[in-house]
Amino acid sequence: MSDTAQAGMLEPHAWGGLSFQERMATAEFRIHHTPHIVVDGTVCADCSTRECVVACPASLFVPTAEGGIVFNHEQCFECGTCYIVCNREGAISWNYPEGGHGIVFRRT
Amino acid sequence: MTDVDVIVVGAGPAGSCAAITAARAGLDVVLIERGPFPGSKNMYGGVVYPRILDDLIPNWWEEAPVQRWVTRRSTMLLTPTQALTVDFRSEAWGAPPYNGATAYRPDWDHWLAGHAEAAGAQLITSTTVKSLIRNQSGAVVGVRTDRPDGDLTAKVVIACDGVNSFLAKEAGLYEHTDAKHYTLGVKETLALPKEVIDERFGVRDRHGVDIEILGGTGGVNGGGFLYTNLDTLAVGVVLKLPALAAQKARPEDIIAGLKRHPAIAPLVQDGELKEYSAHLIPEAGLEMMPRMVMPGMLVAGDAAALCLAAGIWLEGVNFAMASGMYAGEAAAEAIRADDLGTAGLGGYQRRLSDTFVLKDHRKLRRAPKLVLSDRVQHLYPGMVAGVAERMFRVDNPHPKPGLRRILNQERKRAGVRRRDLLRDGWNGFRSFG
Repeated sequence: MSDTAQAGMLEPHAWGGLSFQERMATAEFRIHHTPHIVVDGTVCADCSTRECVVACPASLFVPTAEGGIVFNHEQCFECGTCYIVCNREGAISWNYPEGGHGIVFRRT
Repeated sequence: MTDVDVIVVGAGPAGSCAAITAARAGLDVVLIERGPFPGSKNMYGGVVYPRILDDLIPNWWEEAPVQRWVTRRSTMLLTPTQALTVDFRSEAWGAPPYNGATAYRPDWDHWLAGHAEAAGAQLITSTTVKSLIRNQSGAVVGVRTDRPDGDLTAKVVIACDGVNSFLAKEAGLYEHTDAKHYTLGVKETLALPKEVIDERFGVRDRHGVDIEILGGTGGVNGGGFLYTNLDTLAVGVVLKLPALAAQKARPEDIIAGLKRHPAIAPLVQDGELKEYSAHLIPEAGLEMMPRMVMPGMLVAGDAAALCLAAGIWLEGVNFAMASGMYAGEAAAEAIRADDLGTAGLGGYQRRLSDTFVLKDHRKLRRAPKLVLSDRVQHLYPGMVAGVAERMFRVDNPHPKPGLRRILNQERKRAGVRRRDLLRDGWNGFRSFG
């Protein structure tokens, strides 16, 4: 279990008896060990707006007590929201995962 | 000498249709998909309008993986306590050649890619294209993939690599990326027995419903949707990115709010979450479109922002399939003429300009901005619902107030200036009229 997933567990966006973790567990992710998105926490440290934290549909950007951001790539929908809403040059370097990995939407 | 004639990047609806037309023209075509199977990366919030396939795949409806045929199309305005619905149904849309269909994109895209393979294209899955290969004069001559020795050269590359199109961006075809041009779609697929869905939505057999919703997005500019698959519902919201970030509202909480609305809750209750999903939508039409032709490369589908988000018309897959078809044809034309420059590939631009693909976008160029504007989003639903409530409330005034007086009073109550209403009405009329 990664730091981010644990941090996310502390703040479940619960609704209808479903925690955010249970919600995310409905989607299939074929996880590659190499992160396809890298977040440079030093750039994020003095960002006060934190658009990524609000907008990421998978809630993968988690603020830390020290004022940084922890990011985990494992449950990423590969939508692109984070790099498009981010106002800080160089904070997020975004690529697609290696072929065959990442989100796999269901056939039924 | 190149490895193949045409490389199509991305086996979504645009890519597969490009591969079909290029392969049928006798070209050697490779279709590269980064997911483990075509459609594995794709989701959407709505309906496919497949009539564009009439010539490409005759009688497509006999084999397409359709969940339900949309025979009931509703547009719904929501305020926190009110709902006004325009509900249209047609038996004609439940029989060939049909109109709209709901489908799971992994099914739909997988099926279309099968036609590309049947036409002779070689489908390569689980392979991510990392960058373009360009010659000294800047023309695209191939792609670099994440496979060992993964460089592949071609006479024409057709970029159908989706809304984020890093290929179009790498080639400098987008002037810039602006968050206000995008919306985030988030969706829940909810399992319910077919009989329950039939009963709740008043449909039978394979007939289905598509409800498009204005309001109900928790103050974030955007819209909602609810549609029927065979034994699931899809409910979700489409959210303008800057508004989402500014409102500090979480996407899943906004869906939850929509599901709790008194007009929506009875339709979705007890639905068990089967899948939560998300995707970006290129929402701004002409305002964001990149150049789509450059030496050695064409851009189609979401990669070219060919998605029509015009409120009462919400279409994307048909624009993707059409632009893909035309790109494949134009690539074949250019290769036959041995002119891979912008002139030789210009048949693509001409086809787009001469068909609904760009004609609709030109006609509706003001619509995306209007639909997502603050007045349409935050003031008009309340005003219109207020008019309806006053019209139909029977508390015995004498005489009943006329529509004009009610409209004027409700306009003032909603805080809409007459001037703005007239201007928006005129813009709407110019777009939709």
